[in-house]
Formats: sequence, C-alpha cells, structure tokens
Amino acid sequence: MTSAGSGLTLLQTCALSLLVFTGASQFALVGALAAGGGPFTAAAGAFFLGVRNAFYGLRLSQLLALPRAVRPFAAQWVIDETTAVSLAQPGRRGARIGFVVTGLSLYVLWNLTTLLGALGAEAIGDTDAWGLDAAGPAVFLALLAPMLRTGAERTVAGVAVLLGLGLLPVLPAGVPVLVAALAAPAVLWARGRKSASRGDTAEEDR
Amino acid sequence: MNIWIAIGVTAFGCYAVKLVGLMVPAGVLERPLVRRLAALLPVALLAALTAQQTFSDGQTLVLDARAAGVAAAAVALILRAPFLLVVGAAVVVTAGVRALGG
Repeated sequence: MTSAGSGLTLLQTCALSLLVFTGASQFALVGALAAGGGPFTAAAGAFFLGVRNAFYGLRLSQLLALPRAVRPFAAQWVIDETTAVSLAQPGRRGARIGFVVTGLSLYVLWNLTTLLGALGAEAIGDTDAWGLDAAGPAVFLALLAPMLRTGAERTVAGVAVLLGLGLLPVLPAGVPVLVAALAAPAVLWARGRKSASRGDTAEEDR
Repeated sequence: MNIWIAIGVTAFGCYAVKLVGLMVPAGVLERPLVRRLAALLPVALLAALTAQQTFSDGQTLVLDARAAGVAAAAVALILRAPFLLVVGAAVVVTAGVRALGG
C-alpha cells in the first residue's frame, strides 16, 4: 500500500481502510498528506472523490428497498463495485445478494490487503506486468454493458466518457467524474425537449 | 495527530454522503423524473470511471496496453462471452501487449 510509505502508521493505514472504504478517497487522502497538505485540505479532496457514492445510494435504495434500520449499516458498502454488481442483477433478490456478497468480500479483501501491504508483504512484485490493472476497467465495462439497452443510456455513457476524459487533465482528482455525472440530467433534458417539440405528450419512460 | 484528524474527517464525510443517497425518502424517488435520473446517474459515473481507468495515468491521458486489453474485453462482450472470459481477455491481452514492449 502506498500509505505506509507516506508517514502513516500501521494503525492509521488500517483505520483508513476500515472506516473510509472508498479506494479513490483513501489514495487521495494519503497522497495529499504525503505532499504536505493540511488535514482539512486533504480530507476535502478525498471527500470530493466520495460524493459520487451518494448518487449510487439514490439508485440502490430503490433497487434494494432496504428497511430504514438497515440503511446505516448498508451505507458503508455503497461504492462503485457494489452498485455495478447490484444493477447488473435481474431481480431485487439478486440485487440484494449481489450487494451483500460484493460488499462483504470486497470489505474483507480490501482490509486484508491493506494490512498485508502495510506490513510490507508486497512479495507479488509488479502487478501491472501481469496486466491486472486492466481487470478493473474490464469488470466495470462488463457490468456497464447490459445497462446500455436504450439510446438514452448510450448517449449518457458516451457524453460521460468524453467529459470524464476531457476534464481529467484540467480539474482536480475526483471532480471530472462528478461533472461527467451531469451527462445524465443533460441528456434527459435534451430528450425531453426533443419529444416536446415533436408534440409527444406521453412520458418517454417505459 | 494531524493524520488522525484527516482520517476522522474523511471517514465521517465519506460515510455521510453514502448514507444521504440511501436515506432519500421513497416518495421523492417515485417521481418519474427522479427515477429516470437515478437510473442514468450510475451509468454516467461508471462510464466515466471506466474510461479514466483505461486511458489515464494520474492526471495525464495515456494510450497504453490497457486500451488494447479493454478493447479485447469489449470484443468479448459483443461476442457474449461469459464474465470471467471478458475480464481474462483484458488481462491476458494487456500483459501480452506489455510483454511485446507496448
């Protein structure tokens, strides 16, 4: 893990993985602290990277229909991977199982690798040489593909890709993805206007 | 101590945003526009993330072996290959291109 090399103790590194559990935010926090940033500046950057999880929660709460009392416990697992897996399931039961299995296994694995990494057990060597860094985007792509059924979804994905890549070099980490999320309301608005100008009164929704 | 403050603030903030999304009342979510938007937002976020993980190194855009790997995954998806094969194709092609000096 990168955090052990940037002045964090073993306990701090593990606390970060246990309590924050959003990979991108953790890396951002550690990076900012290592670069000499103050605690609040560093936390602000990490927070920005975590904001997208709120949008995931919005969708997941419809999909999983969790009892209110369970939500505070489920919240910690609301991340990219659990959302992608849950959305790829056909029914509510499947979505719930997907959420729990993905959440639990990632939580355990992530914290174990954090501990091992912090202990200095990086014996695997350079994982990039094995092409494992392509597994992440490939998994996302595989989970995303079934969601691109209609024109609206495809347009949103296309616009989001352009925004995400185009803004990456110019905006601070985490912000481009949030701006890319604006593709969703933008496409909805544009399509709403188009159907309104055709005189359609019917809601476009299925 | 500063580090503990940073960890505490980040942990609280990140947990709070996760919870906010889940706690939005069902009545709001039943409105058609909100429904449609909530369905499209993850698509936008995941698409942007996928692209960034494929074509970026920190804050710079790069075209390297990962692009070939993810392209292989896309082809596998179009051919309706099973999930593990899709991910496997990406890993193998990326490693292969890198071994060839890509």
